[in-house]
Amino acid sequence: MAHRHSKRTETLPSSLPANGQHSHEENPNYLVYKKMESIIERMQDECTGVPVRTVKSFMSKVPSVFTGADLICWMMRNLDVEDQVEALHLAHLMASHGYFFPIDDHMLTVKNDNTYYRFQTPCFWPSRCGEPENTDYAVYLCKRTMQNKQRLELADYEAENLARLQKMFSRKWEFIFMQAEAQAKVDKKRDKLERKVLDSQERAFWDVHRPVPGCVNTTEVDIKKACRMNRHSKMTRVSPNYAVPGGRISPSVSEADLHNPTDSIRHDIDALKRKIEKRRVKISKVTESFIAYFQQYAEYDAFITSPDPSNPWIADSTESWDQERTLSAREIPQRRVKRWGFSIEELLRDPAGRDQFTKFLDKEFSGENLKFWLACQELKGLPMREVNKKVHEIFSEFLAPGAHNPVNVDCQIMELVRRRMENNPTRFCFEEAQDHIFKLMKSDSYSRYLRSDQYKEYLSGTRKKSRKRLEIRKV
Amino acid sequence: MATESLGKILRTDESVEALTREAETLKAKLAEEKAKLNDVDMCVVSQRLESLQQFNIKPRRVLKGHQGKVLCMDWSSDKRHIVSSSQDGKMLIWDAFTTNKEHAVTMPTTWVMACSYGPSGSVVACGGLDNKCTIYPLSLEEDPASKKKAVATHTSYLSCCSFTCSDYQILTGSGDSTCALWDVENSQLIQSFHGHAGDVMSIDLSPTETGNIFVSGGCDKVAMVWDMRTGECVQMFEGHEADINCVRFYPSGDAFATGSDDATCRLFDLRADREVNCYKKESIIFGCNAVDFSVSGRLLFGGYNDYTVNIWDALKGTRSAILYGHDNRVSCLRISPDGTSLCTGSWDYTLRVWA
Repeated sequence: MAHRHSKRTETLPSSLPANGQHSHEENPNYLVYKKMESIIERMQDECTGVPVRTVKSFMSKVPSVFTGADLICWMMRNLDVEDQVEALHLAHLMASHGYFFPIDDHMLTVKNDNTYYRFQTPCFWPSRCGEPENTDYAVYLCKRTMQNKQRLELADYEAENLARLQKMFSRKWEFIFMQAEAQAKVDKKRDKLERKVLDSQERAFWDVHRPVPGCVNTTEVDIKKACRMNRHSKMTRVSPNYAVPGGRISPSVSEADLHNPTDSIRHDIDALKRKIEKRRVKISKVTESFIAYFQQYAEYDAFITSPDPSNPWIADSTESWDQERTLSAREIPQRRVKRWGFSIEELLRDPAGRDQFTKFLDKEFSGENLKFWLACQELKGLPMREVNKKVHEIFSEFLAPGAHNPVNVDCQIMELVRRRMENNPTRFCFEEAQDHIFKLMKSDSYSRYLRSDQYKEYLSGTRKKSRKRLEIRKV
Repeated sequence: MATESLGKILRTDESVEALTREAETLKAKLAEEKAKLNDVDMCVVSQRLESLQQFNIKPRRVLKGHQGKVLCMDWSSDKRHIVSSSQDGKMLIWDAFTTNKEHAVTMPTTWVMACSYGPSGSVVACGGLDNKCTIYPLSLEEDPASKKKAVATHTSYLSCCSFTCSDYQILTGSGDSTCALWDVENSQLIQSFHGHAGDVMSIDLSPTETGNIFVSGGCDKVAMVWDMRTGECVQMFEGHEADINCVRFYPSGDAFATGSDDATCRLFDLRADREVNCYKKESIIFGCNAVDFSVSGRLLFGGYNDYTVNIWDALKGTRSAILYGHDNRVSCLRISPDGTSLCTGSWDYTLRVWA
């Protein structure tokens, strides 16, 4: 095996750039290449792998092949794939990366039948070679035109590529031609079966890097990751000492920290102490809350419970959206009203719920609380230009002495707000007051609202209606 | 003089050693505290839940029109419009329900890696290799490009952006390893967020009104929770073995999910201050680019580099279904605002709406 590989490097020198070897690990696809290769190694195990054979066919021999059916069967048995569809999908992906390939097809895919496939030699694995140059491709195609064999004839798209490359490299075509000639000569000396295998592996290599039009080029990388790859190699070249992840020192670490180790350690210690003091919840409790949340919201989850009257995307009808928009307050479906009872946040998120709650608070003469809270919410999202004006408006309406809509906050918070108003108030200057009022509404007004006749009537009134509607439908 | 300064150096050395020792003890104590709370496996508790029924999720719409890889998408609050951006340098606005294209905006650079709808539905933002975030107001009369406005500038590519609760503020994440909050009108920086040691890949704002927090994830394999008001990182979550490509809050806002190049998705809980679930399978070897939850938080959708969407039972930790359909990597996905459908964008130039 090893002997064969070394020959290969001779014949295709620049497709395996020696200098690029170290940078392959930085390729964003490297991680997934390695995972596929560990599966390939298992597939190639002599005892437990996919059975590879040399098949006699008519007048000749087909060396080192396996069938698609055998491959899929092996995957079903050895990988934790769910079904044949998933096995075929994974096989297709591995083929499109060139780890194995159909012996006489440029389309790198897998069928679950008696089609023959062959493993790629490791030196052509995408993890081992960088992006090959167009000149290498030109030499390869040129060589194929010299080898007068039917199985090496160029496909239409390859002939087109060759013509294009010839135009592109017109000046050094002589050089390319000579290289191709030399390679063809070397190939000729090889054993017949070995040549068959090598020719197909070389073809599969180019089917990965210069795929048939319409096929996915699997060597493409995510541009975001490519940006980092370039930056990283530049960074390491300039300053090899800064070997932190990402090639940079986090901007939050100031110069001083780096020069004064005691301060930075003290800083760490403080952070750790704060972390230890933090209250944490047990996993069992957290899980219970996830389960409770699911149970509460299952009927509103379109992927769990089909929506009433229909899912617009499935029924091709916007009925449920239209209904939502045009409903008068009295017709709001019970399941929506029910949701208001889950939490005050749910109530306030629904415009109709917010209206209802406003009416209730007005009746209770505590409408200013909600108004204040909403004003503070609005303030957080305002353009910078309007912040100062709005801060003063809120202060004078709800908090200043003699405000006409005074909210009830304790004197400590009041003092805090007053001090902030004096020196450069920001959009967050009412945070504590807003928080206080929210808690007040939640514990006091909201729970009274849920117990009120107004909410109950709403819930039951609409319930009656929806029942009626159901009955009509049944009839 | 000389001995005095030497003594000082010795003393600092000593205290450095002492402090390092103290830090180590504290670290061990913290780990111990955290371990105490790991009382049970989430999947074990969830066993009492009934298994989910068979899904019948199919692609209901295919949006064709991009001439390059789709890199990002976002839903409008009207539940039917979608903005998508692509490697061909185009941003398209779709009525996904009718599959009509309503606007097409050509960007000055190719590779538009991030786009976002404003809460009002009348403005979109996008950016990418131009290192900028540009805002386009949408109106039927005028070409959106005529009113465009560059709001944010980073020192590397823009990887993600998201409006906050209003059209007037936008939060951005960048390859320069920072996040930043900007005032749209003045194009002014309100707050910057430093702490990541690698490219920021994804951000998500807390779904609760009272949150004031957002989460970010990046190539330093770390997810960070930030206080928008102070710019401070309030919580940090480790565990992934490769780049985090996507972060997304659990609908209640108490936890968030991540998708990573290490081919896993994970669930991190803010209250437990740790990883509480990991979604993986031996046969899933490709990285995950995007994650989102269904309305009840039971289903976690993950878009992978193997062209599929895996649907996880987020509570039981098992895979519930695989969605096949795209012919190349799934680069982005989002549940519609009312939870009735899932939209995916792919390197195969298309977007699909599944329900």
